Amino acid sequence: MTVTASKPANFDRRLHRRRKIYNYVFLALTGIATAIALIALALIMETLVVKGLAGMNIQVFTLSQPPPDMPGGLLNAIVGSLIMCAVGMVIALFIGILAGTWLAEYGDGTRLATVVRFLNDILISAPSILIGLFVYELLVRPFQGFSAAAGAVALALLAMPVATRATEDIMRLQPYALREAGMALGANRGLVIRSIIWRASTSGLMTGALLSFARISGETAPLLFTTLGNPFLSFRLNQPMAALPTTIFQFAMSAYDDWQRLAWAGALIIAVTVLTTNILGRALTRGSTQK
Amino acid sequence: MMSAMASAASPDHQTLPGAAAKPRNDTAFRWLCLGAVLAMMAALLGLVGSLVSGGWLALSHFGISFFTTSTWDPVADQYGAAAPIVGTLVTAFLALVLSLPVAVGVAVFLVEICPQGIARWLAIAVELLAGIPSIVYGMWGLFVLAPWFAANIQLPLMMAAQPGSWLESFISGVPNGANIFTASLILAVMILPYMAAILRELLMSVPSHMREAAYGLGCTQREVVVRIMLPYVQKSAIGAVMLGLGRALGETMAVTFIIGNSHNFPHSLFDSGSTISSTIANEFTEATGDMHLSALVALGLVLFMITFVTIALARLLLGRGGTK
Repeated sequence: MTVTASKPANFDRRLHRRRKIYNYVFLALTGIATAIALIALALIMETLVVKGLAGMNIQVFTLSQPPPDMPGGLLNAIVGSLIMCAVGMVIALFIGILAGTWLAEYGDGTRLATVVRFLNDILISAPSILIGLFVYELLVRPFQGFSAAAGAVALALLAMPVATRATEDIMRLQPYALREAGMALGANRGLVIRSIIWRASTSGLMTGALLSFARISGETAPLLFTTLGNPFLSFRLNQPMAALPTTIFQFAMSAYDDWQRLAWAGALIIAVTVLTTNILGRALTRGSTQK
Repeated sequence: MMSAMASAASPDHQTLPGAAAKPRNDTAFRWLCLGAVLAMMAALLGLVGSLVSGGWLALSHFGISFFTTSTWDPVADQYGAAAPIVGTLVTAFLALVLSLPVAVGVAVFLVEICPQGIARWLAIAVELLAGIPSIVYGMWGLFVLAPWFAANIQLPLMMAAQPGSWLESFISGVPNGANIFTASLILAVMILPYMAAILRELLMSVPSHMREAAYGLGCTQREVVVRIMLPYVQKSAIGAVMLGLGRALGETMAVTFIIGNSHNFPHSLFDSGSTISSTIANEFTEATGDMHLSALVALGLVLFMITFVTIALARLLLGRGGTK
C-alpha cells in the first residue's frame, strides 16, 4: 500500500500499532533485564546466607584459626581486621578530613584544587591491588618483613580518598551565612571551620567515615602482601597479622571442607558488616541533600 | 560605638572560644590542611614512582618483548606478559558487553517504568549490592557458578561440537568451569549493580520538563527513553560505563578464584587464563627472585596505566559529582 495524502488515517494506524509494539517489546526487555539482575544477585545472596549460616557457630568468634579437621574459628582474623581497619581509619580520617577541608574552604577555585580533585578521583578508582604493591615497596621491602602496620597503611590509602571526597561534598553544603556569622563574631577562618562548619557537618562526616570503612573492610587484595596473614591471635603492629578477607581467601582456596565452611561464615560476617555500615551511613544523612 | 567596643572587650561577653585574635592560628590550620592535601598527592606520586622503580629491572631487561611474548617462566627467569595483559582486556570488555545492556535495562526500568514506591526500594537494594566485597562474588563463582557451568553448559557443548569445527575451537578447554568466560560472567554480575546505580542517577537527572514535553507530543515510553533521555545523558553515561570498565580491569578477588590461573595465552573462550591482578595476587608472596618480583611490579605498572587512562576519561566525561 502506498502512503498517500488520501489515506492518512490508515497510515497513522499502522504506524501507531508499530510504535506500540516496539514500546511493549522495549518495556518487556527492561523488565527482563531487571529480572535477570535481581535473580543473579538473589542467587549470590542466597548462597552466601545459606552457606554462611551453615558454617556459623559460637566457635567462629571465640577460637582462632584451626589446623584442618580441628575445631576452630576466625577470632584471630576478626581481631586482626578490626585492629587494621581501626588504625587505617584513624590515618585516613585525619588526612582525608583535613584535605577535604582544604578543598572546600581554602583551595576552592585554585588550579591546585582542580589537580587534587582529579588525583583524588583517580585514587578512589585505582585498583586496590596496586595500593598493595605500593605499600609493599614502601613499608615491607625496606623493613624486611610483612607487618600489620603496612596493612593498616594500605587500608588507609584506600579509605583516604573516599573520606576526602565525602568531607569536601558535605562542607560545601553548609550555607555561607554560617561562615559569615562566625566571622562577624570575630573568629578567624580556621576557627569558623573547626567550631562551626565541622560541627554543622558532623552527620555528614560520620557518613563519610562509615562509607570509607565499608570500602576497606572487605578489601582483600592490598592485604595479601602487606600483612600476609597469621594463624595465631596477634596484637602486634610490627608483626604479620591475620585479616578476615585474606583468611577467607586462603580457606576458600584450600581443599578442606571445614576451612571452606569457615570461609563462608567469614564472607557472611564481612557482607553483613558492610551492609550494616552502608545502611547506617545512609540513615545518618537521610533528609539532608547529600547523596 | 563605644558600648559595642566595650562589650566586645569585656571578658564575660559570649564569643567563640579562642577567638581572641590569634591570626597565626588560622595560618597554622591552613598549612595543616594543605599538608594533608600534599600528603595525598605524595601518595599517588609514590604509587606511580614505586611501580616504575620496582618494575624497571624487568622492563629494561626484557624491553618490548615483555609485552609481546607470553612465556612466563619463573624457573628460567623468562617473563613475557602478553597473556595476562590480553586476559585482563578480554575479561573486562566481555564483562562490560554482558553487563551493560542489563544495567541500562535496570536503570530505565527503575526510573521510567516501575511504580515509584517499589522503585525506591529496588534502587536502594541495587546500591547496597554495589558495596558487597568482591571476594563474595569470587567465592560464589568458585563454588557455585564454575561447577554448574562445567556440568550444564561446557560439557554438553563440547559433546555437541564437531571435532575440528569452529565451535570446537571456540569452546575447547578443561571442563572445570574455571575459564575466561566464567570470570567475565562474574565480573559482569559484580559491576552490574555499580553501573545500574550510576546510570539510574544519570537518568533521574534528566529535567522532567523534557520528558513531559516528549510525552505531551505523544511519544511512547520507548521513544522518550531512547530519543530524549539517553541522548541527554549520553556523555555522562559513557563516563559511567568507563568507570565500570575500570572496576572490571582492576578487580582482583572476583577473578582470581575462577579464571584458572594459567600463564598460557588463552586459545578459546572456555580456556583457562589469567589477568594482571590475578597473576600478582597469586605469585607475589611466593616470588623469590628479584626478576620475578620486578616482572610482577611491572605488570602492576601496566595495569595502572590501563586503568589510569580509563578512569581519567571517565572522570572527564562524567564531570564533577557524577558518582561517589
